[in-house]
Amino acid sequence: MNDEHQYCTFYLCDLYFGLPVLNVQEVIRIQTMTRVPLAPPSVRGLINLRGQIVTALDLRRQLDLPDRLPDELPVNVVIQTDDGVVSLLVDEIGDVLSVSEHDFESSPPTLQGTARELILGAYKLPDRLLLILDTERTINLTNQSRGVGRQTDAHLLPDETESPRRPSGPQVRHDSPNRLRFL
Amino acid sequence: MNDVIREFLLETHENLAQLDTDLITLEKKPTERETLARVFRTLHSVKGTAGFIGLMKLQAVVHAAESLLSKLRIGEIVFNQRIATAMLGVVDAIRQVLAAIEADGSEGTGDYTVLIQQLDRLRETSGVVGVPETPPRAAAVPSTSSPTPSPLDPATSPSPPVASSPLSAVVASSSLVPPVSEQPATETPTELRGSAVADTTLRVDVGLLDKLMVLMGELVLTRNQIVQFSLSQENTAFLGTVQRFNLLTTELQTNVMKTRMQPIGNVWSKFPRVVRDLSVACGKQVRFEMDGQETELDKTIIEAIRDPLTHMIRNAVDHGIESPEVRVSAGKFPVGQLSLHAFHEGGKVIIEIVDDGGGIDPQRVREKAVRSKTVSAENAARMSDSELVNLVFLPGFSTTDKITHFSGRGVGMDIVRTNIEKIGGVVDINSRVGQGTTVRMMIPLTLAIIPVLTVTSGGERYCIPQVNLLELVRLEGEQATRGIESIHGTPVYRLRGNLLPVVYLDEQLRGDSNRAATGEINIVVLQADDRQFGLVVDAIHDTEEIVVKPLQKQLKGITAFAGATILGDGRVSLILDVVGLAQRTNVSGARVRVLDEKARGVSEATSSRQESLLLFRTTDGGRMAVPLAVVVRLEEFPRAALERVGNRDVVQYRGEILPLLEISRELHRLVRRRGRPVRERRVEQAATHSTDDTIQVVVYAGDTRHVGLRVGSILDIVEEDITARSDANRPGVLFTAVVQGRVTEFLDVDAMIRASAPELVVAKTAVATHSTE
Repeated sequence: MNDEHQYCTFYLCDLYFGLPVLNVQEVIRIQTMTRVPLAPPSVRGLINLRGQIVTALDLRRQLDLPDRLPDELPVNVVIQTDDGVVSLLVDEIGDVLSVSEHDFESSPPTLQGTARELILGAYKLPDRLLLILDTERTINLTNQSRGVGRQTDAHLLPDETESPRRPSGPQVRHDSPNRLRFL
Repeated sequence: MNDVIREFLLETHENLAQLDTDLITLEKKPTERETLARVFRTLHSVKGTAGFIGLMKLQAVVHAAESLLSKLRIGEIVFNQRIATAMLGVVDAIRQVLAAIEADGSEGTGDYTVLIQQLDRLRETSGVVGVPETPPRAAAVPSTSSPTPSPLDPATSPSPPVASSPLSAVVASSSLVPPVSEQPATETPTELRGSAVADTTLRVDVGLLDKLMVLMGELVLTRNQIVQFSLSQENTAFLGTVQRFNLLTTELQTNVMKTRMQPIGNVWSKFPRVVRDLSVACGKQVRFEMDGQETELDKTIIEAIRDPLTHMIRNAVDHGIESPEVRVSAGKFPVGQLSLHAFHEGGKVIIEIVDDGGGIDPQRVREKAVRSKTVSAENAARMSDSELVNLVFLPGFSTTDKITHFSGRGVGMDIVRTNIEKIGGVVDINSRVGQGTTVRMMIPLTLAIIPVLTVTSGGERYCIPQVNLLELVRLEGEQATRGIESIHGTPVYRLRGNLLPVVYLDEQLRGDSNRAATGEINIVVLQADDRQFGLVVDAIHDTEEIVVKPLQKQLKGITAFAGATILGDGRVSLILDVVGLAQRTNVSGARVRVLDEKARGVSEATSSRQESLLLFRTTDGGRMAVPLAVVVRLEEFPRAALERVGNRDVVQYRGEILPLLEISRELHRLVRRRGRPVRERRVEQAATHSTDDTIQVVVYAGDTRHVGLRVGSILDIVEEDITARSDANRPGVLFTAVVQGRVTEFLDVDAMIRASAPELVVAKTAVATHSTE
């Protein structure tokens, strides 16, 4: 019997999420964060994790959820990925849950937008749904068309004729923000 | 691969570089017995091991070479160029076999019978072929009688490991590693040197050194944090310990860094061979000199400059140095001089490649640049010689018309610059036509730990690598409000008379821009590529030694940052990428285009109610304006381009002769005609006083011909409603108005030309009459 999976759970905007527990390195609360100008909005900053510089991504912004209020301090869920250690900012941390494969169901086709790319599906717990994130996709900003437009405007884009040796600036795509359309 | 073969590969790789150098030394000084003996020993041990591990092909080649060498050794024949070529062929063959063994364990498919025959022929027929080069028999005799070290002597057979190999670095104190040089080891007895090196050096895996360096970096950061923390402590014992810890860390850092240091000669050792092969192939004669081989650099930097250096050496031989005939006809010594220098200067290593060849002709670069549409003709005409010469760094740019086997494809210099900049270095070319070219590279000593300046902008601290830093300027009080001026909205600062483009860091990074309230302006003057610009920051702090940590992939696309680091207080700080920032803001390379683009942008916007004006300063300092609509172009001519026709200055401009009117002088002439007191002398003085190499000209659109109006300097292009105006107080001026808060005279160009240069107007009507007929 190998259909039991363990998930590290957390809350975002009253949604209940889980990441495979083996991907999670630690959960900490770090307040000092160095802002990175020009970065995609999901990047909230850089933190010093015992001498290691780790990028902090705000999962709310990744999932196009409304921002936290200024007095709501996020929690860092530090996860290990093939591309190094990344910190995900979540609202509140939950328990480590063991769930059964039988209760899993993929996202319905009505789930759209970025949420569709990031949420693999849900475990049907007795009282609520546990949404499972795709770890690799969650930390990957390059494949997504998201957000960059908020901070980029035309005159800041590198002049392509002037800087042939540099990669051209981030692509701007004006998608209307997609909210989670499920639950 | 078994241990014996691995050992053989390692050792032979190291010896090959030495072989190259030795053979070339022999070519120049055929009687150098020590060197000959060393070559013999090396080849002999290669042959022995090759036979032992069953590399028959290799053994055969080396055997043939050895037979030839033994004839040389006993003085029957004398080393000459043909022998050198064949022997270098042997070295190449050994390299090929080694590469094949490394790849698949076999000897490879190379066929060396031709080479062996050649070697045999040289040995047999040397008596005939070598006659012209053979010195009198008597000279060769003593060499046979003097004992040479036995090739089998165990103390002498391993050559000292001097060259780097891809698998290992040689750790040794620099004084013990003999620099690879053309100077033969005549001073030091070979036996002594071999054993001394063997006793004091140790092979260490480079991976281990890298690891050590990473740990060192962490230790430095931790030290910074402890030192910062200790400032808030009062326990003297603790403070004492911290101080000692601080010193020890610094010392440890220096020494760990030293383990990664290698003499630059390791890279250079192959250059004599490169130069020789290339000059023979190009039919040129080149004397190649190197000095400063012992200058040490971090291993990673040595690796990074290897290719750029090779490329530039090739360029110098292939394009720089002329063929002997050309040189002689130019009155030069037929043998070209190419030299390579390395030395320390201001915490950096300077490498110079100097040739006395034909140099780079700025005019040819200009033509080429215009033809390949790299630069527009107007811009090219306005560029200075050194700007033109530095165009060779543009991608795809080559001044040579023929593509040779070695160079001329136009990809090289671009890569040279990119590679050098990647490691935080700077390249610069200086060239004088007919006299030669100097390429100068400034390279940082190490990449791992770099000194930076910390600044604050928008509430965050940023690090600026000191390598890009030129100076700091602080504007206070009135200076702060008036110091930064504007060219059509683009801020500039006058730094010792030159306009320095100014970039606001907070604006670039989209932070808060509440800078007006501070009452002081901090400008960090930076160098990016060959341009300078001023970066305005909120505050300037300290310098700090930091370890560069790369940004994670989520942030890789941001060209403004080179990485991040952890500062003394434990906070993360971003390191600015000065070159990237300059490119973002268009500072680099933009100077030439600025006026053109501004002019275009503004004239396209003429539908607006406001009038576009060109503001300029006359040579005697007056501030004037003309409508932009009548201005064809702004030009800059070298003073040398001025020619004199009658009493008038002219320049050749786009296939026509452009008459030049000096505005201030013409206006004063007008005044004189009206019988007012003259101040002509002062004007003349002012006009001749400006000893710049270039003159600024506004090309004015007449109906049929252009007239050049010579001005002191172009100030700005503005769009403004002219409200406050008063009547003119001198002829040639339409009216006076306030533009940008300054009183400005509006020039009546037509009136001035009519009055002061009637022949131009006559010419105009004459042409007009002619055309109506």
